[in-house]
Amino acid sequence: MVESTIHATQAVVTLDVPLPGIIWGWMITLNMWAKSIGTGVILVGAFLLYRHKKEDMPNLRWTMPLISFVALNIFLLFTLVDLHQPYRMVNIFLHPHWTSAITVGAWLASLFTGLITVLMLIGGFDAFPEFRRHCPVAKKVRGISSFYEKAFPFIVFLAIPVTTYTAIIMAQSSARELWQAPTEVMQMIWAALMVGSAALILVSNEWSEKARKDLSLILALATFFSFMMYMSEYFFSFKSAEAEATLAYVHSGGTYNVEFWFGMFLGFIIPFFLALSNMKSENKTLLRFAAILALIGLYLVKDVWLKIPQMLPLS
Amino acid sequence: MKLGFLVDLNLCMGCKGCEIACKVENEVPLGSWRLRVKYIDIGKFPDASRSFTPLRCNHCENAPCERICPVSALHYLENGIVNIDNERCIGCAGCMMACPYGAIYMDPETNTADKCTYCAHRIESGMMPACVVACPVEANIFGDVEDDTSHISQYIMEHQGAVQVRKPEKHTNPKHFYVGGGTYTLDPLAHKRIEGYSLFNNITHLDAIGDKNHGVLDRFLAPFTGHSKLDNKSFIDSAVDVESHEEEGGH
Repeated sequence: MVESTIHATQAVVTLDVPLPGIIWGWMITLNMWAKSIGTGVILVGAFLLYRHKKEDMPNLRWTMPLISFVALNIFLLFTLVDLHQPYRMVNIFLHPHWTSAITVGAWLASLFTGLITVLMLIGGFDAFPEFRRHCPVAKKVRGISSFYEKAFPFIVFLAIPVTTYTAIIMAQSSARELWQAPTEVMQMIWAALMVGSAALILVSNEWSEKARKDLSLILALATFFSFMMYMSEYFFSFKSAEAEATLAYVHSGGTYNVEFWFGMFLGFIIPFFLALSNMKSENKTLLRFAAILALIGLYLVKDVWLKIPQMLPLS
Repeated sequence: MKLGFLVDLNLCMGCKGCEIACKVENEVPLGSWRLRVKYIDIGKFPDASRSFTPLRCNHCENAPCERICPVSALHYLENGIVNIDNERCIGCAGCMMACPYGAIYMDPETNTADKCTYCAHRIESGMMPACVVACPVEANIFGDVEDDTSHISQYIMEHQGAVQVRKPEKHTNPKHFYVGGGTYTLDPLAHKRIEGYSLFNNITHLDAIGDKNHGVLDRFLAPFTGHSKLDNKSFIDSAVDVESHEEEGGH
């Protein structure tokens, strides 16, 4: 019997209704992961453009917005798909509620995606001029080619709030104590730098070695600091009872424990050492391998961090 | 005017009359609750006791659900009630993530968020909430907490020092009070919720958030294909199907 298996003074629920399980599931994980890539490539790309000549990274001008465009559309698609009333998404624009980070984020992300789409078209049509002969849109885009360089600083600036607003949504999700840490904002930035550099590594085959070394450096730094922050939060940062209970649940083992540590080794520890070694002696294959691992690992860890606070009964 | 609730847990006998009255009044679908009464057993025989805790929306003055709602579907009424507009709700479940009391659910019939509104429609007509009327021992006390002469204000003053709210550390400033409660009853971390068969029922989790048959494609196609109308009978039929599926060795 239940009452004899626990300490006598402990209270036990003996009659209750079924409670909801995980409310925000894998679609939100995918949403956050894709957004990190979409903004991360812009932030990392801006750093590379500042540090190196364009000739060192011949395809960056069009691959950077292209990767960002694809990732942002995955992010927007799963944002929409996760809604129980997807057609009412328009209400965010018709009846915006500005205290909500969801609203602010939706507006910023939409603006950001719009601008990235323009950059992608300009970058793409400039890189492949033969399109212009057949495509009337390409001719018009050619006319506004200088917009790319003019808008880029603003887009880089915009990428920061687009990356971090999810941390504000998590902070506003006041029922989930684990997400209330201010470090979540920095965690989002590191995640963006981590997968941004990883995504660019995958298209950096023709780039100069110096540029690739910078990518390795960013990947190493991002995985290291992100890992340290996760470890701090995982082991000893929280004093609130709810966050402790959440973490105790993961510490005790089970699927999420395995997924978390698998993600940590796969996505943070291994890529860190691979990126570090690549800075000493270059190995493109190993660097690409590190990038893929980082992309997979971040998804796994984000998935755990999203789901575990939802396991706790709120009432 | 600021409407509030007070439940005297010393009086509550766990009859669940309020729960049923709420279900009937607001046509709450099967598998969803605006108000529920939780039984908690404390101690070990022969020194054991059972407490009954009615749980509903706290209509917080500083409501996290209202703050996070991207379309103002959750909004304050002038009388302090945190109301919800199902027609505007986009079903993002942000409010479910924000409410520290787990008081919001995704209605499986409308696939929009819903919750206790203190029976705002009844209040508008000068009536009391259905749960107040149904309570046989008047454990539910409802009224204006800003009016010193109201029954609820008088009750709070009479029981000074014994009036509690749930999770005060969240700074939500709830307008739902308890008398006679304790940490064991009001703090979900102070009691164990062990899944499985217990007193009368199988303590478990919901299969899905909202309608479990409303998949990703259905969400997009429903306006064109006409999503089949759900009512309580279809939920019962669905439950029967699950049982027969289990009998066949499914899970």
